[in-house]
This record gives sequence, C-alpha cells and structure tokens, in this order.
Amino acid sequence: MSEKKEYKVIGTRPIRHDGVDKVTGRALYGADFQTTGLLHGKVLRSRHAHARIKSIDTSRAEAHPDVKAVVTAADLPTAADKIADLGESAVNLKYLCDNILASDKALYTGHAVAALAASDPHTAEEALELIDVEYEVLPPVLEVREAMEDDAPLLHENLKTDAMGEKSEESSNVASHFQHKKGDIDTGFAEADVVIEHDFVTGTVHQGYIEPHNATALYNPDGQLTIWCSTQGAFAVRQQVSEILQIPVSKVKVVPMEIGGGFGGKISVYLEPVAALLSKKSGRPVKVLMNRAEVFEATGPTPASYIRVKMGVTNDGRITAAEGYLAFEAGAYPGSPVGAGAMCIFSPYNIPNGLIDGYDVVVNKPKSNAYRAPGATNAEFAAETVVDEICEKLGMDPLEFRILNGAEEGVSRIDGPVFPRIGCIEATEAAKEHPHYEAPLEGENRGRGVASGFWFNVGLKSSVAINVNPDGTISLVEGSTDIGGTRASIAMQAAEVLGIPAESVYPTVVDTNSVGYTDVTGGSRTAFATGYAAYEAAQDVKQQMTERAAKLWEVDAAEVQFADGDFVCVNGKDERMSFKELAARLDEVGGPVTGRASVDPTGVGGAFATHIVDVEVDPDTGKVEILRYTATQDAGKAVHPSYVEGQMQGGVTQGIGWALNEEYIYDKDGRMSNASFLDYRMPTCLDLPMIDTVIVEVPNPGHPYGVRGVGEVPIVPPPAAIANAIYRAIGVRMKELPMSPGRILKTMGKL
Amino acid sequence: MGKEKDLEKNKGSVISRRGFLKGMGTGAVAATVAPTALVSAEKSADAKMGDAITRAKIKLHINNETHEVEVEPRTTLLSVLRDGIDTSGKRIDLTGAKSICDRGECGGCTVQVDGKPIYSCMMLAIDAAGKQITTVEGLANGDQLHPVQEAFVQHDALMCGFCTPGFVVASKSLLDENPAPTLEEIKGGLSGNICRCGTYPFIFEAVKTASGKMGG
Repeated sequence: MSEKKEYKVIGTRPIRHDGVDKVTGRALYGADFQTTGLLHGKVLRSRHAHARIKSIDTSRAEAHPDVKAVVTAADLPTAADKIADLGESAVNLKYLCDNILASDKALYTGHAVAALAASDPHTAEEALELIDVEYEVLPPVLEVREAMEDDAPLLHENLKTDAMGEKSEESSNVASHFQHKKGDIDTGFAEADVVIEHDFVTGTVHQGYIEPHNATALYNPDGQLTIWCSTQGAFAVRQQVSEILQIPVSKVKVVPMEIGGGFGGKISVYLEPVAALLSKKSGRPVKVLMNRAEVFEATGPTPASYIRVKMGVTNDGRITAAEGYLAFEAGAYPGSPVGAGAMCIFSPYNIPNGLIDGYDVVVNKPKSNAYRAPGATNAEFAAETVVDEICEKLGMDPLEFRILNGAEEGVSRIDGPVFPRIGCIEATEAAKEHPHYEAPLEGENRGRGVASGFWFNVGLKSSVAINVNPDGTISLVEGSTDIGGTRASIAMQAAEVLGIPAESVYPTVVDTNSVGYTDVTGGSRTAFATGYAAYEAAQDVKQQMTERAAKLWEVDAAEVQFADGDFVCVNGKDERMSFKELAARLDEVGGPVTGRASVDPTGVGGAFATHIVDVEVDPDTGKVEILRYTATQDAGKAVHPSYVEGQMQGGVTQGIGWALNEEYIYDKDGRMSNASFLDYRMPTCLDLPMIDTVIVEVPNPGHPYGVRGVGEVPIVPPPAAIANAIYRAIGVRMKELPMSPGRILKTMGKL
Repeated sequence: MGKEKDLEKNKGSVISRRGFLKGMGTGAVAATVAPTALVSAEKSADAKMGDAITRAKIKLHINNETHEVEVEPRTTLLSVLRDGIDTSGKRIDLTGAKSICDRGECGGCTVQVDGKPIYSCMMLAIDAAGKQITTVEGLANGDQLHPVQEAFVQHDALMCGFCTPGFVVASKSLLDENPAPTLEEIKGGLSGNICRCGTYPFIFEAVKTASGKMGG
C-alpha cells in the first residue's frame, strides 16, 4: 500500500446523496416522526444532585384522565448487579438501569426518577407535578479530587475500587485504578537534563449536538418492540434496550432516523427504554423528547479531569521519560474515558520510559459519555503544554522537537501497542512547511502556538448489502447512521470497485432487522470499517457479475476479467461489456445479483494531527481572539476530501469552544447554572477565523484504499495549541480549561 | 411532598414556557392577541388542569397556503408548523424548522415572516396570524431548488443537516436584504445560528455562491 494509487472515484468530491433532503427540510429526524395514536411522554427529574429516594407516589398522576401511563424504576425488571454485554463494552446492568430511572438514589441533578405519557406534551409536562417523590437529601461531591478523598460522601455504598485487578475492601468513589508501564521510569528521568512537571484541570464539557435526544416506541401485544430514534448505533440501542428490559434482541427492532449530531453522546440510551415501558403500559406508541436543559443536565457530558504530567528530556532534545497521572470524573456511574485518555496522552512521541496511572472516579454529575476522541483532548492539553515548555527551555523549535521525537512505525506506545505505518511525522512536517508557520505575526499580545494530537481509531463490525439494479446502478444497504456524510464516503468505496460513478450508488441506512449487525457510527470507524464492508460487498458483486458474464459468453469464469469498469473476455473471444450493460442482462443468466459482506477489520491505523494557531489576547478583558488557524492531519487516503476537511474544521471549532468558553457551571448544591445555549456558549461564526486544512495521505496498510478514520483527532490539539499561543502572547501558562476571560485575568494576576 | 415542592419552587431554575404564560395571567396573554387575527375565541371545553385556557381561531398563510388553526394563545409558531392540525383536520406537518433550544438561542427554527427572518420558537402563533410565513419547505419553486439551497448542496455546507433548514432560511433572508454581502456581513447575518458540526467555512462559501447566482 505504500505507493500512491490512482483512483477514479476515491479522492473526488461528488455531491452527497442526502443533500437535497437536508436543504429542503424533508429529511426526517427522530422528533419529526409521527404515527397514529401517538402519546407524548415526559420525564420527572431529580432537582437534587445527591439524594436517597424514600418513596415515589404516582397515584395522583395515574388518576389524571389524560395520563395514560406512569412508570418508575419499579417497572424495570429487577436489576441485580450483573454485567451486561454491550458488544463494545461491558457495563454493570444495575448502573445501566439506574441511569434510565433511578431506583434507590438520585445521583445528579436531572437524574430521571419517573415518567408518564399523556395525550399531548403539555399535559404530560404539567402532570409531572402530580408525581410525589420523597427525598432524603445527601451532600453531593462535585469534583474528582474531592471525590477521591477518604471522607468524601459515597455515591455507591457497594462500589469497591478495582485496582489493577484487585478489589479494595473499603467502598470508594474510585471505581478503578489502572497503570501502564514501559521501560524504567526512574532510569529515564535520571538520564534527563531537563524535567518539567505540572498539573492541569479541565472542566465538564457537553458534546453539544444540537438535536435533542428523542425516542418513539411501540410495544405490540405480541411482545415485539419497535423504536424510532436518532442514534449513532441502532444495534447499540437494540442491545441496551434488550439488556435493560430483559427481552431478547430478536424482539426489538430499532429504526434509525436521521441524526442531528452525536459526537459520541448518542450511543448510550436514555429515553428509549422509558418510551418502551410507557408504550407497554399504555398500549399506544409513545414519543419522548428532551428539551435543551434536559440534554445538558441528564445526558453524557465529557468528564472534567485532573491531570499531572512530568516529562524529561536531554539537552539535545530527546525525550527520556514521561509520567502521567489522570483522574477523570465518570459522573454518577463508573465508566469515564480515562482509559482512552491514557492511550493517547503521550502517543505522538517515541518515549523509551513511561508510566501512566489512570483513575475512574464517580461524582454527582451526569454519567459521562464519549465526546470526539474521548479523553484524548483532556490528556493532550496537559502533555502538549508541557512539551511546549520543554521546547522553550531547550530553545528548540516546537515542531522540530516533535519531528525529532515523533512516533513512527515500529514504536510502541506506553500502553503497549506497536504502531503500524502512521503519519505522525508527516503531519508535523506538513505543519512546519505550511506558510502559516513562518508568516510574520506582529502586534502586541499576539502569539502563535502549536500542538499535536493522536486518536487510535477503532474498527469493529459492519455489514453492507448491495443490490444490482437493471439500469446499472446499485442500491447499497447499510447499518451505519450518517452523521457527517458517510452515505457518500461509503458509496464511493463500492463505486470504485465496480467502476461506476458515486451517483450510481443509492445508499440507504436501514433498521436492525434489515441489515447485518453494524456497530456504532463512532470511534472514527465508519468510513474505514463500513467502507471496508462496502468494498468487500462490491467485490462479491464483481465476482458474481464476472460469473454471469462468463455464462452469457459461454466461457469459463476464469476467462473473464474486470478492468476499467468493463467485463472483458480474455480467451481470444472479442467480448466486452460495461457494468451497466451486464446489469441490464442479468435476468438472462440467473436473475438478480446481490452482494454482501460483514467485516470486523482490525488494521485501523491511528490518526495524527498537528495544529498551528495565532491568537490575540486582550490584557484588559482576558478575551482571546483566534486570528488564524491551520490544521494538518494524516487521513490515510481521503475518500471525499471535502468531508475530511469538514471533519477537521468541525473538530477545530469544537476544540476552540472547549479551549475558550465551554464548561458546566455548578452551584454548591450541584445544580447546573448554565443549562442553555445562551449560557453554555458554543462557537458561532463570529468566533472563528477561516480554518486552513492540509490533508496528508500516508496510506493505512489495514484498508484496501489506505483509509484511516478522520473524525475525532482534530478536536485533540486545539486547547493545547491555543494555550501555547496564549503563553507566547502574554507570557502566562494556562493550566485550566476553559481559558475563559476570567481565568486568564486570574492567571495574569489581575483578578 | 408539600414542603419538598415549595423547596423546589424556590431553588429550581427550570421554568416551563407554559408555567410562565400561566403566571402572566390571561389579561397579559389577551393583550398580545392582535384583534384582527382573532377569528373567534372560546373557553376550552377540555381544560382540566384547573385553568381555563382561551383558544383562538386564526389564519396562517404558510408557503402560499392558508390554514385556519385553533390555538391556545401560548402556542408558538414553531409548534403549529411542526405539530399543528388545521380546522379541516389536515396536519400542517412542516418539520423542517427544528425545535432545538426552544428559547431563541440557536436559530434552528428560523422561518421568514413577512420577509424577515424570525425564530419561530419565540413567536406566538397568534402574532403570525395574517402574515406571510415562509419555511424552508417553501423556498424551492417546484423541482427547482432556491439558489441558496443549491449552493448549500454544492458546497457541502452541511454535515448532520439538523441546523441546515435554519441556516438556509437565514442565508436567504440575508441575501434578500443584502444581495452582495462581504464575509464579515455574512458572519454577522448568520451569527444567530449555531452549527455544532462546525461547517461554517463551507456555509460562507455557499452564501457567496448563492449571492453570485442571485445576481448579487
């Protein structure tokens, strides 16, 4: 795969298949779904961050003539401590159920306690007042280091720390502690001439997908449950609902509607089991929609974290050792992305000696969830800021330093895996060669910063079926919900195999009964793995079509080849047919052709990015303005370059928001004070410069077209790059996110 | 529970739109009803939550069609567009405008009312009575997409597509007023809309292209 290949479709920029639907308002998202007899559900949520639920009395609500069903945790099958297999990860079933409807304790403000369905959403909302809940309010713990203290209030009385496989005797808020080691850390630091160590704090941030969560469920009397929802993974919803309601997966059909953003936050279920229970009780379809405050208060933010980084280097700029301590807030139940953070923190570098400790800690906040390269942004904010300080101490160009120490094929990460062919150094070189890097930056309080980032990407399972149509087009059936243009990038990979234009592929995302098992649209896996399945399904079609051509020409299949979009007879007979011509004649030789493939590819190839940013800081207000931004990234092979650029710009935009503005603000009682878009401020057009993108292509040997996942890594470098730029502008090192005006003034000693 | 409730009222920060309007009292609501818009008003026969809610019959001119709808005064234009049923029993069913923040913070529900872009979650349906309402569904001329829609497709100015109807209507409104905007004017004109996928650079290009096509 090392040589550059020529492609006809891969690398072009066809118009997306769903473009017209989406600009005309016709595309149907979960909340747009309608059906006859629909009831509307609403969820009663705890206003306490930590409270024991002493009793729930639903009788007044049940007596309301327009209320058709009321449910509480008592309606869930008894959830004993049991490990639920969710395919990708194992989760304690009791935690999974309790997060849907709290049983014994409410563990965060916004925690669902009960729900009801009524004839219209307004009646449902008002009828919630008729549910009486008696709480015993407990003190909340809202910060990871406080939660780790011995005398901290305990969220789960039975939670023991899993410390490297050993269970602790005492209960704790620390769900787990793990460690990665490479080489010998003491020797490494002994060899260092310069050692820098700092600690860092990052705030709680929301994925901010603008489409609120939604679910409509219909529970038929025969026990067949259908769910329409906006999700990153219909099969993931099926699996979770099956575990929570204790019904077989075969009884659950999930219909994925269009999805208005997810970024990792639309993998866990919230409303789906609730809508199902309400439908079961009422005998009617039930739709439940969240409002924006519910999305903020009750769905997966990405965790706040405390991170300590220590790195040692020689005077000639070689890293000798790196040590990381990562403590992440899991939220109410165990399962923060600290593991992923630990996999990424030092991974852009070749480091001989390393030690990484990770802690997963429960606090009275919503259960944390994945957010674009989950854990990596927190971790690399810390590591890349320390690297910048090292470069300053050494008087070395920070990109030169990154190239000198850059990870490459054969290097092992501190957590173990050995890199295959990757483009870490190439992406950094592209940044160094970009005109932005050498461009003059004049003016007071202005500075330029750089940072790199890594995300490991995932493979997982995908299925694709292809039906050949008599007009020479193909219908492509897939299970990956399309969040950012994957209909096109997957279709293009099938088109390339069959020598047809991307426009001749009609992709459709279907329900869980209509396609083979497919994992979530997440982990930067869709263009890679579902694209791989499309490639294999198209190969299957090509093979069958070759046999049909042989039949038509009455020759042996081995005597037919497919080249440049034509089937050609190679035994001397002068026969040639295009894909389209043969498609029209399939009925003469056996009828329709259907290709299919299910894959589980593992050669994901990691993704690397390096970013350059210029900022200007207003020393009086502390406000940071982004003047110029350039992002480089190794995409392996960009299937549809516009979408790769779009992912890069999108990741940078979110990264800028995380760096400068976004955070959950809690009062002392654990109530979020800014659960709206007005107060939780995400970047608008006015906050951004044009973002230059440079796609580097180091083909991934694990994919037939060299594709690597691209979606997540671009969010990783921005906070560190901006922190480093702020340092160059005003001479202060920012060690807390977000770097909001107040924090900047405080760090400058002005507040 | 009574005490618990009181505590909640004092401490909780969540105010529902309906609760707020109820708090305003019927006098305040009535004052917002344009007399010409009011075809008839009657006490709701099925108000069961202890407050009699006045319903109004109004005419809404949406995408060159006129719908008579009966609404409670608190009903937003967005709610009628998405979920309303007119008095002939026909669903309005214009779900292009999205309910995202429901508080005028994101622009995903933008429609044009008498040619001006407005957040339909922030306008009461009764205030839109008698006015010309154009939603994203009403921009295309038959099979011919509006130049803004065409440009959004051409430039891939969408990722998940959820904010797109709002951006399309906001962009069209900007170009109606300023056919040849500069980049800064485009940014200003679209600053009331949020795209979390961060497609802004492609959106700017789309608006420039549409401006050219529309003769700006």
